[in-house]
Amino acid sequence: MDTKGTNERERRMRARNRALLVVLLALVALFYVIALVRVGGGSP
Amino acid sequence: MSELPSIAAFPYAGAAVGDYVRILKPRVMSLVVFTGFVGLVVAPGHLHPVLAAVAVLCIAVGAGASGAINMWYDRDIDAVMRRTASRPLPAGRMMPGEALGFGVVLAVWAVVVMGLAVNWVAAQLLALTIAFYVFVYTIWLKRRTPQNIVIGGAAGALPPLIGWAAVTGDVGWGAVALFAIVFFWTPPHFWALSLYRAGEYEAAGVPMLPVVAGARETRRQMLLYTLVLWPVSLAPWLLGVAGPLYGVCAGALSVVFTGTAVRVWRDESERSARHMFAFSLLYLFLIFTLLLVDHLAGAARSW
Repeated sequence: MDTKGTNERERRMRARNRALLVVLLALVALFYVIALVRVGGGSP
Repeated sequence: MSELPSIAAFPYAGAAVGDYVRILKPRVMSLVVFTGFVGLVVAPGHLHPVLAAVAVLCIAVGAGASGAINMWYDRDIDAVMRRTASRPLPAGRMMPGEALGFGVVLAVWAVVVMGLAVNWVAAQLLALTIAFYVFVYTIWLKRRTPQNIVIGGAAGALPPLIGWAAVTGDVGWGAVALFAIVFFWTPPHFWALSLYRAGEYEAAGVPMLPVVAGARETRRQMLLYTLVLWPVSLAPWLLGVAGPLYGVCAGALSVVFTGTAVRVWRDESERSARHMFAFSLLYLFLIFTLLLVDHLAGAARSW
């Protein structure tokens, strides 16, 4: 594969990794908030 | 011992982040999320706002997962149809296994989180919706019968029930009324589209009603379904889920929807079918917006 193709692969890989990082951090925040609400009895 | 080829020799660069979003069918997801949200709001009872948001998120992710698995299974016919040929799989921007794996992981995630965070009735309904869309509609019916979108439409009609069950933990008659509105709306909506895409469906081997029974029979059935929607759209009012404001406006909207079907019946041009398709989207959006407004107005009065 030429350099252009390798660069494109690396660029997409970085973009996917960054998106996955954002998703994982969002999941941590989501489960933390869910736990707080459930432990607190779930009423507002 | 033979050497494995270098990874650099493999030309596939991997799917872009945008393609992962595209296989979730975001436009379909938006309607599903909206109807699910309305089901959640108009249901009797109360759910903590955070858990309500989680329920809506799970409905959205479940719908996206169904879309991804559907795109994995239908990649052969998507490649034939102009409307779908640029999707990530037929365009070669994503490997089939990636789409299937992504869809399955999201489906399991959505069901498990709905069960753990909200309740297991809503989770079971979500699992049923995903399974119905994938196995009953996509794999079983879509390529076999012109009733594909009639029966398969149940999957698209279930989200308001899921939203309702997220609040109440069961399924009431009000929820069934919301289900029925989307269920009876689906055939005229999709047949309006298939009237002006019949050639593509035929080339792809999908037995949509205009392909199998002809345009005239399709127009007749579309008109009948819009007539069925008259009493069905009034059901939330009759069941006490919504007030008279909703009843009057929903009745008027159903009359207009039938008007577009009458126009399609008389005027066989593509323009009338496109007009009906566009109005069908507006119809469902307005019906559910009315339910929401009516409920919020009622809640404001009771304060």
